[in-house]
Amino acid sequence: MIQIEGLTKQYGSTTVVDRVSFAIERNSIAVIVGTSGSGKSTLLRMINRLVEPTAGRVLLDGADTRSEPAHLLRRRIGYAIQGNGLFPHRTVAENIATVPRLLGWPEARIQSRVSELMEIFQLDAALYANAFPHQLSGGQQQRVGVARALAAEPAVLLMDEPFGALDPIIRAKAQEDLLAIQRRFGTTVVLVTHDMEEAFRLGQRVAVMSQGRLLQYDRPAVLLTHPADPFVARMTGLSDRAMKLLALTTAGQAALPGSSDGPHVPSSASLREVLSELLWSGATSALVVGDDGAPRGQLTVAAILTHGRP
Amino acid sequence: MELRLAIALSPHERIDRLGLLLSAAGLAALVWLPFVVFKSNRIMPGEPRELQQVLPAWGALGLQTVLLLTAVVALFITDARRRLSAALAGVIVLALALAAAANALTPAGDKVVRVAPGAAFWVLLIALGLLATDAITRMRPGPVVRVLLLATCIGIAWAALAAGMFDHLSVMREYAVNSGRFPLELWRHVWLAGGSLLAAVVLGLPLGILCHRVPRLRPPVLGTLNLIQTIPAIALFGILMAPLGALAARVPAASALGIRGIGAAPAVVALFLYSLLPIVANTVVGLRRVSQAAVDAAMGMGMTPRQVLSRVELPLALPVILTGIRVVLVQNIGMVTIAALIGGGGLGTFVFQGIGQTAIDLVLLGAVPIVVLAFSAAVLLDALIEVLDRTPSVAPQLDP
Repeated sequence: MIQIEGLTKQYGSTTVVDRVSFAIERNSIAVIVGTSGSGKSTLLRMINRLVEPTAGRVLLDGADTRSEPAHLLRRRIGYAIQGNGLFPHRTVAENIATVPRLLGWPEARIQSRVSELMEIFQLDAALYANAFPHQLSGGQQQRVGVARALAAEPAVLLMDEPFGALDPIIRAKAQEDLLAIQRRFGTTVVLVTHDMEEAFRLGQRVAVMSQGRLLQYDRPAVLLTHPADPFVARMTGLSDRAMKLLALTTAGQAALPGSSDGPHVPSSASLREVLSELLWSGATSALVVGDDGAPRGQLTVAAILTHGRP
Repeated sequence: MELRLAIALSPHERIDRLGLLLSAAGLAALVWLPFVVFKSNRIMPGEPRELQQVLPAWGALGLQTVLLLTAVVALFITDARRRLSAALAGVIVLALALAAAANALTPAGDKVVRVAPGAAFWVLLIALGLLATDAITRMRPGPVVRVLLLATCIGIAWAALAAGMFDHLSVMREYAVNSGRFPLELWRHVWLAGGSLLAAVVLGLPLGILCHRVPRLRPPVLGTLNLIQTIPAIALFGILMAPLGALAARVPAASALGIRGIGAAPAVVALFLYSLLPIVANTVVGLRRVSQAAVDAAMGMGMTPRQVLSRVELPLALPVILTGIRVVLVQNIGMVTIAALIGGGGLGTFVFQGIGQTAIDLVLLGAVPIVVLAFSAAVLLDALIEVLDRTPSVAPQLDP
């Protein structure tokens, strides 16, 4: 649980972050989204005290973050940034081992943790453990960056535009990986992005910021159906908000009892994808199947459409 | 396919331009310039001697044949290894011919006549040296190979000198007279250049780090060091004489340490002051070049500022800092020469004595080792920089 209370940052007479308060549930992903200059990065950097707040405080599981030296606090919090910030003079394994080394873990534990993470992030240790970052592709570098951030098993992971430098295909893969990793470790993730699509895709809750102020902090569906502010509505996009709303619900969540002789769709597919499939195939209903291939129910076009309305 | 390959490899397809220039220079030197200069004693004017006058017919012909073959290789062969072999063979034969000429012109037991290399020898040596350097550059050897190559060349030259091959040559005559002082002055030269460098690193590195951390300090510090750089060395020695002399007179401890208005102290202080600019400036540039994302990540993961400096910033800035140290070391090895003028010692002593006595051989006794020292320092540090700079400096990508 991260509680942000009245957090403010001023540089001279300029207020970059203005009395922002919200709480992030344990084991969830919160996304802070805003245009550049909205103060979203500064807000994130105040959580691990890379930026010291002018006013307000951050509580981590109830304890004020200022109750311990900043560098000790940061070793407990994962940190991944755009352009990954890997150390070019250290190998992949050394990069990943950075925080465990700072914490003085025994060498054997460091080695086993590095191997474990390389396996989770689909990096062949035999090929890449002793490679230098510049020998890796952009997607691999990004994965090493996240692996390094998670090396010391932090309960909280801060990510500043972590996928900003990736091309769309690798970015989609990286987002999926992040969701899987978050489920696996139960890490509380706070992620900053300027991309609303990414925010909706990853965030259980999304904080929309503009000019240093927090405009709205809620579930993606609420942002779409009840924007608190014209700016939030503009950010979420008015033209295709019904489709975006459909994208937030999975077939498994919306499936109704019954069967269908229409196309089979996986329960993890979004309603938007199911609707698209139905339009394409000309069928009026689809059969929802689980990962094991067993039927989970059916969806008609009419049933899907009810989810596209507030 | 095979036909095209054969045409591409045909040696007559293209004449090497550098080879053409060097061969032309070498040929002109062999035809028109004297191979050695003979003096009946140290201060008599020299008489030029042609190759044919000083070597037996077979010897002269042999040298000319080898040089001609080298020229053919330089003109038509593109393979770098063969070009290097040809250049080295040329240098060895040239050195043998010089030794033979000196022996032939010196009557047995004579210690008075002087035989010095003539203009043709120097032109040929430079041409062959350039050919060898060009070949080595084309081969792109790794840093270790370059250092080994340098060590081998110096080793062979050393062995030839130690074996007395060139003892009848005028430079070695000067060496024989000064053999007691030579190692001392050589060591003193290295010590003056290296000591002032060390002092400059000890002070310049922290100063550079400070300038990086506090941008306000940069203009005044770098401006002052730039100003020092513009003072001519001789003038700086003069400026330092008064304060150092006063210091020695007032503080017995300083005087006991050997600090005087003249001698080594002002030389070391002046070289130290000159050394500061490249070291401070390169430290600042090197630190600024470090990826901001890497520094941000290091801070964000919980490194203390000291750890960020020692584990991320300095290792990444090191190649640039070493480049500054290389500039300073090569510059110092050259500048220490002038320290001899104010009694600082070093190989410059021979240079200035030689100038005073119009004895060019004595000048060479000081100058050639200085050139070898500076060249070796450059090769060694370049190799070190290359070993350390395995990582590319990618432009940091931050918030767009």
